[in-house]
Amino acid sequence: MTAALVGIGATEFSKDSGRSELQLAAEAVRAALADAGLEPSDVDGLVSFTMDTNAEIAVARELGIPELTFFSRVHYGGGAACATVQQAAMAVATGAASVVVCYRAFNERSGHRFGQVSAAAAVNVDNSWSYPMGLGTPAAMVAMFAQRYMYEYGATSEDFGRIAVIDRKHAATNPHAWFHERPITLDDHQSSRWIAEPLRLLDCCQESDGGVALVVTSLERARSLRQSPVVIRAAAQGSGRDQFTMTSYYRDDLTQLPEMGVVARGLWRQSGITPSDVDVAVLYDHFTPFVLVQLEELGFCGRGEARGFVASGALELDGSLPLNPHGGQLGEAYIHGMNGIAEAVRQVRGTAVNQVADVEHVLVTAGTGVPTSGLVLGAP
Amino acid sequence: MDVEKEAARIAEAGESARRFARDPVNLPMIHNWTEAIGDTNPRYTGPDAVAPPAMVQVWTMYGLNGVRDADDPLGAMVRVLDEAGFTSVVATNSDQTYHRYLKPGEHVSVTARLEDVTGPKKTALGEGWFVTTRSTWYVEDEIVAEMRFRILKFRPAVAEKPKAEPVRTQVIRPAINRDTEYFWEGLKQGELRIQRCGQCGLLRHPPGPMCPECGATKPKYLVSEGYGVVYSYVVHHHPRVPGREVPFVIALVELDEGVRMLGELAGVPRIGLPVQVVFTKVDDELTMPTWRPREDR
Repeated sequence: MTAALVGIGATEFSKDSGRSELQLAAEAVRAALADAGLEPSDVDGLVSFTMDTNAEIAVARELGIPELTFFSRVHYGGGAACATVQQAAMAVATGAASVVVCYRAFNERSGHRFGQVSAAAAVNVDNSWSYPMGLGTPAAMVAMFAQRYMYEYGATSEDFGRIAVIDRKHAATNPHAWFHERPITLDDHQSSRWIAEPLRLLDCCQESDGGVALVVTSLERARSLRQSPVVIRAAAQGSGRDQFTMTSYYRDDLTQLPEMGVVARGLWRQSGITPSDVDVAVLYDHFTPFVLVQLEELGFCGRGEARGFVASGALELDGSLPLNPHGGQLGEAYIHGMNGIAEAVRQVRGTAVNQVADVEHVLVTAGTGVPTSGLVLGAP
Repeated sequence: MDVEKEAARIAEAGESARRFARDPVNLPMIHNWTEAIGDTNPRYTGPDAVAPPAMVQVWTMYGLNGVRDADDPLGAMVRVLDEAGFTSVVATNSDQTYHRYLKPGEHVSVTARLEDVTGPKKTALGEGWFVTTRSTWYVEDEIVAEMRFRILKFRPAVAEKPKAEPVRTQVIRPAINRDTEYFWEGLKQGELRIQRCGQCGLLRHPPGPMCPECGATKPKYLVSEGYGVVYSYVVHHHPRVPGREVPFVIALVELDEGVRMLGELAGVPRIGLPVQVVFTKVDDELTMPTWRPREDR
């Protein structure tokens, strides 16, 4: 890879932004360009999620970006997050564009909430095997995997809860986090109400309003810009055999995330590093059980061993694999994984509020349970 | 507010002043009334017509925009109970006594007094007070009819949580296309159909148009025996799901034929629980596959 992340920008993270999704997108992109020391007129590429309501051309109009030579969208909800950066890096590498901004902005709490049952989603034929049967929320869809994972490996609700406790602990010292100064205990987790057994309220990420944008350009150009470049060491997408969106229930094994395995193989191959070289892990955490499965799928521990790995303290800021120092989507905000990429950039720059020492490689993953993506970012 | 004290005060005021009917007893109103009631008694028509006795209350009604007199005891007692929170009303008894027929041209007047207030009583409708009044109708000074009238003024019981809309009207409906209609058609006929490749015999659910094993595009189906075991499950609590009451169980069942399928489970879930299919009819257009524990295990 010859591309680098040179700018990050975000709006505040809230439950009611009080403005349009387009305004959030435009504010985030403008902030990211300012961070990079670039002008809207420098931008010639825009990438977002298929689910984003803000068209590339609408964002370009608001920013006064004159011409675009590359615009693209990535499917599958939060699985798109790291893939937007992959798209941007490929565009830069091929010369399709020189400066590409990736963005995601929504009023996911005050507007359309993903946590509610969407009757409209059932118009998709794939969803007709789940929604009409009463399985209509992301939490319930993940709970089906989690139940089987517990059965196969003896994991408990407390094992899931430890992920929430770590995220909230990290968010507590992050002023940008919604749950700033509001840590939780394992008891808090255990006494939180059922959402979809075996998932409790505190196993579920927040619903948030906000926007995040990331600026990608060539490493060569990056060297002359304001920020120390953050190199994209690896960027990979993955979908697995017999893949569905959130409901891949028809595979042999429900305790794995084979699509993340595809991503992992790509990341290790491209970057030349192994799991033990990762200094910080920003793992997608919409629901806690899939953080455990990711640890196994990415090779940080063996199958079924994640609960011991988590209980060992490895994911603490001073552990062997600090997890989500910004607080993740359980603690900071749910911006469909894009805020995690911004945190990875800060960790490599050395400017994070919960900065881990001597960071060389940061791993970032995107949405789980869906076709997904990942990144390895590093210092130049 | 002390309801009993207020009741005593109103009762002590005794009989209200006579209030005269808007119009004298008259034939046109008698005709309207008998026609509406369907009473064909010849005594109420012709030159010697008299008024039906049950009309007595009609003559002294307030009319559409009438306002009760200030000394009307029932009005006063209703205000007292409204203020005390007993805001709903239902009439429970009306006993009328007629002393003679009324003739057209007679001008009726009425008085009322509060006879009794008892309570608070617990009733099926809610806690409340029974209020009994006594009305007397006069022509000049002659008593022509009397009525004992009783109402229940009650505080409505806290409304029960509205039940989820019946499955029939609110359930999320599947999108059905030419690749999947055999499945939904089967359910309507009481068959749980599993796609089977017409060439290599691969069983597959959810189905699709092309066999991923041999590439054939001639899918057929077999009819499942409808037995399987719970492979995993969810107890859904929140948020509400259209057409269902929470909590409810959704089970991923591995059928004996080897494919997995989702459906609601009526019963206590556990992984490994033997189940059988139940065809749950939503309406003429839609039947859903659901599960229940096997009866023979």
